[in-house]
Amino acid sequence: MKSFGTYTMGKTLLQKVWDLHTVRQLPTGQTQLFIGLHLVHEVTSPQAFDTLRLRGWKVARPDRTFATVDHIIPTRERKRPFLDVLAEDMMAALERNCGDFGIRLAGLDDDRQGIVHVIGPDLGLTQPGMTIACGDSHTSTHGAFGAVAFGIGTSQVRDVLASQCLALDPLKVRRIRITGALPRGVYAKDVILAIIQQLGVSGGTGYAYEYAGDTVERMSMDERMTICNMSIEGGARVGYVNPDETTFAYLNGRPFAASGDAFTRARAWWRSIASDPDAVYDDEVEIRADQLTPVVTWGVNPGQSIAVDGRVPAPADAADPASISDALDYMGLVPGQPISGMKVDVAFIGSCTNGRLSDLREAARVIRGRHVAPHVKALVVPGSAAVSRAAEREGLADVFREAGFEWRGAGCSMCLGMNPDRLEGRQVCAASSNRNFKGRQGSPTGRTLLMSPAMVAAAAVAGEVTDVRELVTS
Amino acid sequence: MSAITQITGRALLLRGDDIDTDRIMPARFLRAITFDGLEQHVFEDDRKAAPHPFDDPRYQGASILIVNSNFGCGSSREHAPQGLLRWGIKAIVGESFAEIFFGNAAIIGLPCVTASEQDVRALQTLTDRNPQSSFWIDLVEGLCEADGVRYPVALSPKIRDAFITGAWDTTGMLLANYAEVDATAARLPYIRGF
Repeated sequence: MKSFGTYTMGKTLLQKVWDLHTVRQLPTGQTQLFIGLHLVHEVTSPQAFDTLRLRGWKVARPDRTFATVDHIIPTRERKRPFLDVLAEDMMAALERNCGDFGIRLAGLDDDRQGIVHVIGPDLGLTQPGMTIACGDSHTSTHGAFGAVAFGIGTSQVRDVLASQCLALDPLKVRRIRITGALPRGVYAKDVILAIIQQLGVSGGTGYAYEYAGDTVERMSMDERMTICNMSIEGGARVGYVNPDETTFAYLNGRPFAASGDAFTRARAWWRSIASDPDAVYDDEVEIRADQLTPVVTWGVNPGQSIAVDGRVPAPADAADPASISDALDYMGLVPGQPISGMKVDVAFIGSCTNGRLSDLREAARVIRGRHVAPHVKALVVPGSAAVSRAAEREGLADVFREAGFEWRGAGCSMCLGMNPDRLEGRQVCAASSNRNFKGRQGSPTGRTLLMSPAMVAAAAVAGEVTDVRELVTS
Repeated sequence: MSAITQITGRALLLRGDDIDTDRIMPARFLRAITFDGLEQHVFEDDRKAAPHPFDDPRYQGASILIVNSNFGCGSSREHAPQGLLRWGIKAIVGESFAEIFFGNAAIIGLPCVTASEQDVRALQTLTDRNPQSSFWIDLVEGLCEADGVRYPVALSPKIRDAFITGAWDTTGMLLANYAEVDATAARLPYIRGF
C-alpha cells in the first residue's frame, strides 16, 4: 500500500487538493499550482500556442493535456473545409498545434469528440483529487468528481501549456447543503438556478462552492455536473462535490481510469481527499430542495429567475430598479407578467450544462407521443459523439425526430453564437444551456429563457413556457 | 516585463452592474486565431443598440475605464480584456470584478482596482460632467486622483506587487526552478500511477 500522506483533521477537499498541488510560493506571494489535467479547445488556445512558438517553449506535459473541438464546429454539415472560413482556420490551427506539440486531439471525426466538459468525464480523464484547467469558464463542471477545476483565459492557457502550472490565489470555501427529495418535474438545473437566484451572480466571487447534503448525495454524476457547471454563473470559479461511491462507480471501466488493483488503490486515495467531517468552512448555506419548483429565467443574467408559476418582478419592488427595468425592456416583458405562457420561437436542448444522456432521456420522456408546436424550431444537440451514439441505440434520437426535433451532431451549438446555430432577430429561445446574457445566442437582440431540458421539451410542445409538471405524471 | 506603477490619462464611464464578457466582446469575434483587431469590436452589439460611451467623441483617447460591480462576469474569454487593452484602456476602476476577468486582465498588464460604491459613483459623475478631467492612479499608494481629489483604491497586495515589480507576465516565474514542479507532480498518486 502506497502512502498518500497524512492530513491533520478538519480540511476541506479544496484545501487538501490545493496543498497537494502547491509547488511553491511565488515571489509575488501567489501560489504556483500544478495542473493535473489541461483540457484544450479551438477558441481559447491558438494565441497561446503562437506564444510558445515565438519564445521557443515546448508543451511541458503533453501527457497531461487533451484537446477536442466543440465551440465553432457546425452541428449539421460537418464536411471539411467548413463553409465558415474563420471556423476552418481555427480548426486547422488546432490540428496543426496539437500535431506540432504532441497533444492528443479528439478531432471532428474522432468517436471521442464532443463538448470538452462532456468528454473529459466520459473518458475518465476527469478524476477526483485532480486540479483541472481549461480555457473555458464552465470547467467548474469537472468539480462534480471532487476535482478542483476552473476556467482560465488564453494567457493562462499559455502558462499551463509551457509550465503545467498557474499562479493563483487560494479560494475560500462556501458549503451549500442541499436537503430533501426533489419534487416531480424539478431537476438539478432548477436547484442550481435557485441557488444562483438566492446567492446572486457575484455572490460566489472568491469562493469555491462545495455542494453537499442528502439531495446531492442521491444525485447521479450527470446531475452533479449540471450543478457544478453553473457555479461560475453564481460568480464561483470552482464548484465541487465530495467523491463517493456514485463517483467511483461512474469511473470504473472508463478508458483513462485506473483498473484492477490500481482502481482499488485509487478509490482509497479518492476517498481520502474528500472534505473531513470536521472541516471548517468560510461560509455555509442551506437550500431546501423539496420546496423547489421548476425555474425559468426571465432576464439577462442567470440570477434573474422565477418559479414557472411565478410573475416577473416590477422595477419598483426591486433593490436595483434600473437593472430590472433594463432586463424587462430587453426581454419585452411587462412588470408582473406571468412567465408561463410566454411564446417561444426556438427550443434548444444541449450544452455542457444539460447535453448528457440523462438530460436527453428526461426530455424524451416529455416529448414521447407529442409533437413540437408548428411555429417552434426545435433542436437537440448531444454533448458528445458518445452521447449521440448511446441516444441512437436507446431510440431517443427517433423519439426526438418523430416529435419534430432536429437531431444534430455534437458541439456547443446554440449555447453561444460562435457557429452556424444562432438565434435570429428577437427570437425567444427556451434553452437548456447556461447563459441568458444579451446577445448570447448569436443574435444581438435574441432572447434566452434558461430552464431544465424537460422544461425545454415542454415549451417546445406547447409553443410557450409551460409547467412541465403538467406533462409528466411520475 | 515592465513594471506598472502609475496610470495617467482621461477616463470614460460605463454604468451598470454585471456587465458580462459576451457584451464586452460578442462571441462571433472570437472566431479568429489572433487577438488582432479586437479593439474594433469592443461592446459592438451594445454600441449598435444605443449611444455608447465608447463612441462618444468626448471620451476618445481615454485610458481609464470606470465601471460598477461584477464587471466582466461570465465567459472566461481573454478576448474581452484584450479588446479593451487594444482600444486603449490601461486601467479599470470598479466596485468589483468577476474573478476570471480580473485574472485575465492582470496577466496581460491591465490593472483592475476597486473603490467604494460611493467613490465609483463620484468618479463616474465627474467623468460624465467633465470628460477632460485628468486621472492619476498610483498602484503603490493605492489611490486614484481625479481633478485633484484623491480616492482610495484597492488591489490585492499580491497582484499589486506583481504589477509594480513587473512580474505580471507569469510564465517566466512558473518555469524557474522547474525541478520543484517535477517533484510536486511525482508525489501525486494519479501521476505516479496508483
